[in-house]
Amino acid sequence: MVEPVLSVRGLTVEIPTRHSVLRPVDTVSFDIAAGEILGVVGESGAGKSMTGNAVIGLLDRPAHIAGGEIWLNGERIDQLKGDALRQVRGKHIGMVFQDPLTSLNPLLTIGQQLVETIQVHLDVSGAEAKNRAVNSLNEVGIPAAAERIDAYPHQFSGGMRQRVVIALALCAEPSLIIADEPTTALDVSVQAQIIALLKRLCHERGTAVMLITHDMGVIAEAADRVAVMYAGRMAELGPAREVLTKPAHPYTVGLMGSTPLASAGKERLNQIEGSMPRLDELQPGCAFSPRCPYAQHKCRIEPRPTLEAHEGRAACWLAGEVAE
Amino acid sequence: MRPLVSVNKLFRVFDVSKPWLNRLLERRNKALLTAVADVSFGIPERTVYGLVGESGSGKSTIGKIIVGLLAPSSGSVEIEGVDLFREKDEGTVDRIRSDIQMIFQDPYASLNPRWKVGDIIVEPISSRGGDTVGVANKLLEQVGLSARDATKYPHEFSGGQRQRICIARALASEPKLIVCDEPTSALDVSVQAQVLNLMSDLKDDFGLTYLFISHDLTVVRHMSDTVGVLYLGRLVEEAPRDALFDGPKHPYTQMLLQAAPKLDGSVREADIPKGEIPDPINPPAGCVFNPRCPFAVDRCRKELPELRKLGDHRVACHLAE
Amino acid sequence: MEALSRAWRSDFSWSFRHSPVAIISLGVVLLLVLSALLAPWVAPHNPFDPASLNLMNGFTRPMEPNAFTQEIFWLGTDDQGRDVFSTILYGMRISLFVGFTAVLFALILGVTLGLIAGYAGGWTETTIMRVADVQLTFPAILVAMLIFGIAKGITPVDMRDEMAIWVLIIAIGLSDWVQFARVVRGATLVEKNKEYVQAARLIGRKPGAIMLRHILPNVMSPVLVIATISLALAIIAEATLSFLGVGAPPTQPSLGTLIRIGQGYLFSGEWWIILFPAITLLALALSVNLLGDWLRDALNPKLR
Repeated sequence: MVEPVLSVRGLTVEIPTRHSVLRPVDTVSFDIAAGEILGVVGESGAGKSMTGNAVIGLLDRPAHIAGGEIWLNGERIDQLKGDALRQVRGKHIGMVFQDPLTSLNPLLTIGQQLVETIQVHLDVSGAEAKNRAVNSLNEVGIPAAAERIDAYPHQFSGGMRQRVVIALALCAEPSLIIADEPTTALDVSVQAQIIALLKRLCHERGTAVMLITHDMGVIAEAADRVAVMYAGRMAELGPAREVLTKPAHPYTVGLMGSTPLASAGKERLNQIEGSMPRLDELQPGCAFSPRCPYAQHKCRIEPRPTLEAHEGRAACWLAGEVAE
Repeated sequence: MRPLVSVNKLFRVFDVSKPWLNRLLERRNKALLTAVADVSFGIPERTVYGLVGESGSGKSTIGKIIVGLLAPSSGSVEIEGVDLFREKDEGTVDRIRSDIQMIFQDPYASLNPRWKVGDIIVEPISSRGGDTVGVANKLLEQVGLSARDATKYPHEFSGGQRQRICIARALASEPKLIVCDEPTSALDVSVQAQVLNLMSDLKDDFGLTYLFISHDLTVVRHMSDTVGVLYLGRLVEEAPRDALFDGPKHPYTQMLLQAAPKLDGSVREADIPKGEIPDPINPPAGCVFNPRCPFAVDRCRKELPELRKLGDHRVACHLAE
Repeated sequence: MEALSRAWRSDFSWSFRHSPVAIISLGVVLLLVLSALLAPWVAPHNPFDPASLNLMNGFTRPMEPNAFTQEIFWLGTDDQGRDVFSTILYGMRISLFVGFTAVLFALILGVTLGLIAGYAGGWTETTIMRVADVQLTFPAILVAMLIFGIAKGITPVDMRDEMAIWVLIIAIGLSDWVQFARVVRGATLVEKNKEYVQAARLIGRKPGAIMLRHILPNVMSPVLVIATISLALAIIAEATLSFLGVGAPPTQPSLGTLIRIGQGYLFSGEWWIILFPAITLLALALSVNLLGDWLRDALNPKLR
């Protein structure tokens, strides 16, 4: 088996508070292979962004990694600090955030920002760096890249800005890109462009992508595999097509049923009653059990099954039965 | 039959220029943004009219004009035959006002954090000096919350529950029309389903009419009877729901439907629309969609197409047939 | 009882219990305010009752028996034999009264104008805020002196001493409303675009009702912080004016007046006459200010 680019094992993030210790990410394990897009989907508060931030080492205090391991290209990165962490962050992991406007420095031209990033991480001359910057802008589909390289971020439209952010994330040739809701702030037509761009670049260059989103449509369009998160835990992990069409975890079943996309033509949407519990209100047993229509006594008392990166699809005691 | 809402040749222009001193120093003219241009449509009673469009399409502006929060620059909106901005009789204005309500996008900003939920819900009644005894409790139960919640404050509720409270407030004055401006786009999918289902149920129970504004095609498709598609402030196509989604006639509608994500991941890169929405301050000449339109001919670049009837559709395109 | 225990568990009270500075400041403020309020019962002498004064007691050193009367005064006496401790207690009453009332006046004026400016916009806003800007370019103390001077000119001579305190209050209040107005206008601009305000407009609520019932309660937390810090500033402003001789009259001496009286004896060795009122003023202003600082942090959700 080919070594995955990113390999996360039992990742746990904790936030100590006055009253208790919260676990926004709880024993999460997954792999991303080269050229693969892993969609991480979940509702707000599911811990998907926190997982992404933990991988890149951007947790804000007092949140911290309390357990588990993160391996990037066979190197353990969860204990890195200072310079070593910064080196990994920019060079080996690229980041694309939701709002393209705030992820670019408004006072520098996009050329300056690209050249700076390239020179920090790659040992190349100024002319070569500029050359690479133009190339990367061409690659993300910015017309007349050579002329527009001296433009400032505000001179670009929202979609074009997100392309610049992607170029910036890719220019140091990282092996992993973490894209956190990259299309949420964009219009439908532009969203399709950006998804297609991400897909193409990742497959062409063999970059692994962790695509964090709440939008099932984006997952369906972009992801090869999908990880469904609920209350900080991995609920289901598997090939995108299978998870979306034949969900195995009751939560995924409910989520798909409540998507208007999947229920075109139906009078009513299937709804999951209630809402995701707050982290300080988690019950023992499976976190989804209070909302689960299939929940049995076992689900409410026994700690939920942990989902390992390779085995099984759903973290559910009843996974086999629910699918029927 | 006269529709409950009729919008006639509605225009709304915003002055987005810099202050006069800056204009003088930079030798610039006034910058005018036409957010809504020549929009006409009607909403029959007890139906749902979906307005769909991307950012800058003017969909929220139309919603605000209909409920009376913004004045039209020209054209008119009549509700039950009354134009809120021209009607002089205060009694009539007040009666029509109590027939219109609105549900907003952000459930966190739409409830006053210092008020108790019960007071928030009955404000449409109490501000008119009406009798509010027991009203809040009944409404809370109707939207799926409990009567005990009336004494709590908004921060004690989740986003979905807050949107239910907003719906309860909207129902308090027993309105006929509710304008819903992206009511679920701030909510998670599973909560969105709850709220959409609730809205469908209430529509039947109370005999409501909705103007449903959203950028999300799937949600509009799920909720609406008739759908209007806006592009740069203009209505480019209008048709009954199934006719529009199964056989879109305007190239923009076709593009939107093509670009929307499908569950089977079938969007090909070749099908993806090129370009972005142009600057609304300087819209293109002729048909506003012509720079992105794959079929555009010379006529499209010069002549603005009228909205014309085509079977069940109304389409603003020279070429559609 | 339940409300009490909820208040105890709230973030606000937690933040208070974990800030030694806040606890000590509140303690000092409470001690000073209470002893000022209860001055007639706490003070060993009534320094304004001519009958109880004995000129023989003049210039008694602190904690030492007077050479003639053998009386002991904790903090000594001034030139006229008044007990410094008692004059401080009575003086603090004046200082606190002027401070509180002036801030209240500034608050009401500033909040009202700020609300109107923020909500109405247009020419109303421009006018109010330009006046505020112009006033800000002058030091507050200068504005207060100007107002004080004008008021003194138009009040009849026999009323001057009686009116002095009220003139002082208005002068300090008028020099201080601008920051309330600015903050409230800013907060109002944010709040008025929130959808709950639109919802109220939609119902047909009148602008007055929207400002008062919807916006006002939501812009009050920064006002509370400014009011606390302003209180410290107002007390100092009052002291400054009185020290310059344009404030509280000698018949109703505030801490500032006491310091002015005391500075005349500083070089002749009677240091206690100025030192103790000055320390009191410092303690009062500092603790109120620290309390305001803490309040600002506690009410700012971003720092929590």
